[in-house]
Amino acid sequence: MKLMKFLLVGIFFGIVLVKSEAVSWYRIFEMFKFQSFHMYGIIGSAVVLGMLGLFLLRKSGLKNITGDPISLASKEKGVTRYLVGGTIFGLGWALAGACPGPMYILVGTGLFTIVIVILAAMLGTFAYGLLRNKLPH
Amino acid sequence: MELLLKPWPWYVSGPLIAIVLLLLVYFGKSFGMSSNLRTFCTLAGAGKYASFFSFDWRTQRWNLILVLGTVIGGFLASHFLTDGTPIALNPQTVEDLEQLHFMDAGGELMPPELYAWDAVASLKGISILIIAGFLVGFGTRYAGGCTSGHAITGLSNLQLPSLIAVIGFFIGGLIMTHFILPILF
Repeated sequence: MKLMKFLLVGIFFGIVLVKSEAVSWYRIFEMFKFQSFHMYGIIGSAVVLGMLGLFLLRKSGLKNITGDPISLASKEKGVTRYLVGGTIFGLGWALAGACPGPMYILVGTGLFTIVIVILAAMLGTFAYGLLRNKLPH
Repeated sequence: MELLLKPWPWYVSGPLIAIVLLLLVYFGKSFGMSSNLRTFCTLAGAGKYASFFSFDWRTQRWNLILVLGTVIGGFLASHFLTDGTPIALNPQTVEDLEQLHFMDAGGELMPPELYAWDAVASLKGISILIIAGFLVGFGTRYAGGCTSGHAITGLSNLQLPSLIAVIGFFIGGLIMTHFILPILF
């Protein structure tokens, strides 16, 4: 039952991303062509409201569901891993037209060939795990 | 009801995504979809090959359930919450795509030129999807997050590393869209 809420959040997220068309390859292409405000509006408004929401949640002193103060872990400092890893991700994102959320949502819409992308993404993650100690971070 | 069935504008969708982020924070979790790829590797036994995958996958059970939810959400939205309106792309985008031999842009969520079974049945077609997926999986773990973890959560939490990662996303995306796609298609 404790996990039920995550199922509901997932369903909600899946519906929003389909209805916003953010799961569409075409919208990603259009975004990287700077030919529409649509994707920038989605991400931008989510970030601005997320920022505001986090600020208010912290300021209110509200506790989270487990009774701890509202907190989000800081990302480790660094440049290389974020810039290089991010660039590699961006190449794949613009080619597949799907990132790790939409991949699963698209399976639900009946696009079964996306499973190839999911399996290949697992393989990529596995390769990173193997090479991790040799890569600059 | 009719408004529900039409595509949702950005100023509706963006705030709803912010709600997802905030709900997860309230539940004591951090929004990040790409972590699940690592969990899948762990479940498939990758811990035998790299310590990176040796962790208790049960700590990520909530995220796996969330993935299941997104699949259901995708099903519900595409079967019951749509009236088949094509994606209202910029006409210039449609024209640019025709030049790359992508016809009927916006007619479906994903281009049949990449995702239809007959496209996938060709060596070129399947190679493209495998390489694309590999880059997503490798890059996102190297960068420590994807669109949800860095662009949405990290930026909302004013994290400089996330800003650097998002700049990387754009460097890669722009190179692919402007220089590599025209070679591939």
